[in-house]
Amino acid sequence: MREMIVSELSQALHEIARGFAHFLPRLIVILILAAVGWLIAYVVKAVLRSILRLVKFDKLSENAGTSQLLAKAALPSATEMLSRFVFWVAWTGFILLGVSVLGILGLQEQIARFFLFLPRLFVAMFIMFFGLLAASFFSRATLLAAVNANVPSPRVLSLAVRSIIIVFVLSIVFEELGLAEQTMLVAFGIAFGALMLGLAIAFGMGGRDLAQRFLEKRFVRGKEENDDEVSPL
Amino acid sequence: MKLAEESFLTNDFLRQLMNVGEVDILVGLPTHNNAKTVGSIVHAIQSGILREFPRQRAVIINADGGSRDGTPELVTGVSIDDVRPASNLRTLRTLHSISTKYASSSPLSSGVAFRTILAAAELLRAKACVVLSPESENIEPEWLSKLLRPIFDDGVDLVTPTYRRHKFEGLLITNLLYPMTRALYGLRIREAYSPEFGFSGRLGSQFLAKNVWNDGPEGASIELRFTLAAIAGRCRISQSFLGEKNHVERRAADLVPALRQTVGTLFSALEPDFPMWSTVADSQVVPTAGADHEVLLDALRINRKRSREMFSTGVAELESVFQSILSPSTLAELQRIARLGEAGFRYPPELWARTVYEFAATYQKSVISRDHIIQALAPLFRGRVFTFLMENRNASADDVENNIESLCLEFERLKPYLLQIWK
Repeated sequence: MREMIVSELSQALHEIARGFAHFLPRLIVILILAAVGWLIAYVVKAVLRSILRLVKFDKLSENAGTSQLLAKAALPSATEMLSRFVFWVAWTGFILLGVSVLGILGLQEQIARFFLFLPRLFVAMFIMFFGLLAASFFSRATLLAAVNANVPSPRVLSLAVRSIIIVFVLSIVFEELGLAEQTMLVAFGIAFGALMLGLAIAFGMGGRDLAQRFLEKRFVRGKEENDDEVSPL
Repeated sequence: MKLAEESFLTNDFLRQLMNVGEVDILVGLPTHNNAKTVGSIVHAIQSGILREFPRQRAVIINADGGSRDGTPELVTGVSIDDVRPASNLRTLRTLHSISTKYASSSPLSSGVAFRTILAAAELLRAKACVVLSPESENIEPEWLSKLLRPIFDDGVDLVTPTYRRHKFEGLLITNLLYPMTRALYGLRIREAYSPEFGFSGRLGSQFLAKNVWNDGPEGASIELRFTLAAIAGRCRISQSFLGEKNHVERRAADLVPALRQTVGTLFSALEPDFPMWSTVADSQVVPTAGADHEVLLDALRINRKRSREMFSTGVAELESVFQSILSPSTLAELQRIARLGEAGFRYPPELWARTVYEFAATYQKSVISRDHIIQALAPLFRGRVFTFLMENRNASADDVENNIESLCLEFERLKPYLLQIWK
């Protein structure tokens, strides 16, 4: 009986040792891949950071309004954020590549899905950034045009333009990421429809007097007022 | 005949130019739907040539931006015989009139018209050229002589006009363009932006060779660019007094396009011209035939209140935009005066000069869209206009001139500040 127990134990220990001997090289491969990946990711991060500084990405980000958002959230600059993001994506990619060497079936499928998702994530980020840039540009253009045309409530107009563009961009981003496509589509339809209806009702009913004053000023009195001004040139 | 610009000009236009041969004088007339005024302008040109330059070979080049009111036909159809009986004079040469339509997406693209005129001047080897505005309602035959004589007699390269103006007319010129060009470029040219000017064939060819037609902001004035290029190139420049400026009205509603044409052009020229203007220390008087300015003082109905209101609204609403353009101290000062009532409101010359210089520096750095920077200046300019109107409400011609001179000196005094923030 005793001998049998010892034999079983030694066999179990042997199995463990064999399993460990089988696993150890793979673990070493994971660690090597992680170390090499860290080095490559670090170099990519440094190169990307230099390129972004060279093309004045922070200025572009300031124009898009993302710098202000990052500053409010006490986060680093857009250049730093993007560099760090690329570093983590690259390093995580190498680690997952190493993990896939383990040969765990379910895990391999998930890793493959992660790599397939990466291009969509980058496209979504690209759309988001340039969408914010467009929103900032057009809202500022609206604000300036409204102020110079002496239109009432220029900031409201500017905000409306910014909101519409951002909602539109967000709906595209979510669609690109494949996240709650149907929900986003319906939500966007409802939000956009409600906004337009609200504006129509507000302008037609609630703001009837304001609309009347605005139209009078624009087409009747505006002409007289302009007649009282001299040529700037 | 040199055909450097043959690919740009149409075959038909080139053929007509070849038929003309070489000329001494070229009169450029850029038009677009100017049938109301162009007939009398062509008459004035013909009279001017008959009286003052009967021995010179002359041509009128009409660069038309696609008029639909028969403007080109009016230019080419006016016969010199209509002028002869009245003036009792005869030219010893044929006076040619050629009209060409230029291909342009924008009918108001003055650059294309001016390039056509310069190319024609180079091909015809014109010694002296004059460009006249089709919107001028009161061009006199003497204007030709005043703009061309200094080129023929004194070897001047550019002749800019001076006008008799109402004290409140052309406020963008008196409050920004004149003081700033004077302070930076060092020449006291009263009308650097003018649709009427004379220039030598040599200067025209030099400018044509620069190939700057696609540079500069949208809506930029090529005429102002031309003047600035002449100053930067150290060309000989003089002024001639033409009399009253009476153009088809351009209202204050056109302020933003006017800012693009003038301030946008000036700001965009500062970058390439930096080596020149950064070394200029003071300003020099430009030789002038006649008065260097004349001021009319008639009563004029102007809506001053609206200017101040639009200034205050602009300062309040555009705070986020101004934060990207102005220094905190300038913005704070503007916000302080924006809160003042009509009686106490004053936008002082020092603050105005500082504001304009900060706009110029921001424009160079392109912190935000350059066109947005120009648009953001409009409400602030209205504030300065209000102050100018109030200060000169009962002022004499001398007082008005003294106030403009003080403003110019303020721009000159603050020039080191611009150099400091430029880097």
